[in-house]
Amino acid sequence: MFHGGNVSKIATRDAYGDALVSLGKKRNDVVVLDADLSGSTKTAKFAKAFPDRFFNIGIAEQDMMGTAAGLAIGGKLPFVSTFAVFATGRAWEQVRQSICYPNLNVKIVATHAGVTVGEDGGSHQSVEDIAVMRVIPHMTVIVPADGPETLQAIEAVAEYQGPCYVRAGRNKVPTVCPENYRFRIGKAHVFNEGKHAAIIATGIMVAEALKARDQLKAEGIDAGVINMSTIKPLDRDAVIAAATRCGAIVTAEEHSIIGGLGGAVAEVLAESAPAPLVRIGLKDTFGTSGDGEGLLKHYGLSAGDIAAAVKEAIKKKKS
Amino acid sequence: MAVTEQQLQTLKDRARRIRIDILKMLTDCGSGHTGGSLSAADIATALYFYKMKYDPRKPGWKERDNFILSKGHAAPLLYTVLAQAGYFEHAELCTLRKIGSRLQGHPDSKCLPGVEISTGSLGQGLSVANGLALAHKLDKAPNRVYALLGDGELQEGQIWEAAMTAAHYKLDNLCALVDNNGLQIDGPVAKVMGVEPITDKWRAFGWEVLDVDGHDMEKIVTALDKAETIKGKPTMIVCRTVKGKGSKCFEGKVEFHGTTPTKEELATAMKELEEGVCK
Ligand SMILES: Cc1ncc(C[n+]2csc(CCOP(=O)(O)OP(=O)(O)O)c2C)c(N)n1
Ligand SMILES: [Mg+2]
Repeated sequence: MFHGGNVSKIATRDAYGDALVSLGKKRNDVVVLDADLSGSTKTAKFAKAFPDRFFNIGIAEQDMMGTAAGLAIGGKLPFVSTFAVFATGRAWEQVRQSICYPNLNVKIVATHAGVTVGEDGGSHQSVEDIAVMRVIPHMTVIVPADGPETLQAIEAVAEYQGPCYVRAGRNKVPTVCPENYRFRIGKAHVFNEGKHAAIIATGIMVAEALKARDQLKAEGIDAGVINMSTIKPLDRDAVIAAATRCGAIVTAEEHSIIGGLGGAVAEVLAESAPAPLVRIGLKDTFGTSGDGEGLLKHYGLSAGDIAAAVKEAIKKKKS
Repeated sequence: MAVTEQQLQTLKDRARRIRIDILKMLTDCGSGHTGGSLSAADIATALYFYKMKYDPRKPGWKERDNFILSKGHAAPLLYTVLAQAGYFEHAELCTLRKIGSRLQGHPDSKCLPGVEISTGSLGQGLSVANGLALAHKLDKAPNRVYALLGDGELQEGQIWEAAMTAAHYKLDNLCALVDNNGLQIDGPVAKVMGVEPITDKWRAFGWEVLDVDGHDMEKIVTALDKAETIKGKPTMIVCRTVKGKGSKCFEGKVEFHGTTPTKEELATAMKELEEGVCK
């Protein structure tokens, strides 16, 4: 049970910074690019350890993506970082044309995704990035749930050949993945199968999903929890198995309900395993300023909201 | 018409009160952008309390001049100026960055009157200013458009695309200003990604370029007056500034880009600003 004792808490962006440094030690083809946010994205750790392999491109995200593409053609393994909204929004077409279309080995690791960016407000809170990255052919999309999974995901994308987008957050999050957990691209992790409904969550919402599960248990509802850390390629088998087993699905993501995890799961359900679905996420709205915790409640992204969604999904099943 | 001694004194006093409000609201809030709000305080004062035409009771007034804060993170400066100009109650400043507030972390034109357009993602404001200037030209209207940019912001390619557009369409109703404070987030602009020579670049792009001390009120207002007389091309006023200007606590310190003052720093700054009253 992850929240029984004192779980360690680390921000996924901090785990990313550490992962980059150990990767830099192992491989000297690793290069890192940032756009004037290295302190925030934590690439500054790599910059300090390997100043010759770090390039600050300035506030020029489009230029940064193109430069990364060139470095990849030149045989390097570029990791590119900035806030999620700028990496995937500002530079979208550079990512499409110069990185994904030629299928280059560039790893985009964006931080400060979702509403838990907090006080900076809607202009800085990326709630569309999963959708706009997922839609590009060749792109792999990964949303780690905690620090340890981020470490493993960074190692995995370094081994993988091709463009990847990894989504990290600003705030500290509890460790949810079990100690013996091994991350694999495209493979969901099933915490428990559940009987009445299954919650498929990604990123920081996995912790909320586990809390919701425990709340529901007290009411006699057996909800399964699945960590869907790879959004693309989606683990279709895990979705179909959960739908077949439980007959009702809830998705939970710190992202718009349009086009992200909820969208991806809906596609699989509609085509292969029709079952009632309730999506937790931002309901076609931008973010706003406020403290991260308060915003999760404001947008209906808390454990209580997930629990309510599970009941709603179960009710749909019966009618 | 030359600015009078008394006008200048009033403007300097205004800039001081703006800095005081900025620091109070940021200390109170605990997050937000200190350095880049303070560095541009004199520029914004000159625009709102000397040069621009507007009516706070009618934010949508057709004949108003437009101001676009392209470096949107200086929202605390814009909010303070708008409050002091009468767009909303001064008391609302304490809602900065709270859930439900109109004073978002970065300016949001959906909810706050006086904000011409939402900003926060750098590099986009000058293009919008061009659009407004083109609209005024189409209407044969005398309105003027002002845009404030950061020096780090000049690294965005879109700025230079907009620079070409403004010169190409001879937007002499447009005046842009750069808060040339020499710092961005990761360090000095010259170290992160050099943008110099700034004045030569804008000149080469077909702009009239004025280079002033961005804390010398007389120089700023004189440049704004001069810009109005330039015909056939847009004007860029490069303002040499100090990031965090107003107190030794923040001046020239890169860490105060996105850090707010402690209570002690606020007290020190208040003292320094108050003592500067009759300078
Ligand atoms: C497109 C984009 N990239 C990155 C950021 C993050 N950011 C906010 S302020 C800033 C530095 C701005 O430096 P400068 O333009 O010199 O502003 P000032 O020194 O006046 O604060 C950066 C990189 C952003 N807001 N927008
Ligand atoms: Mg600057």
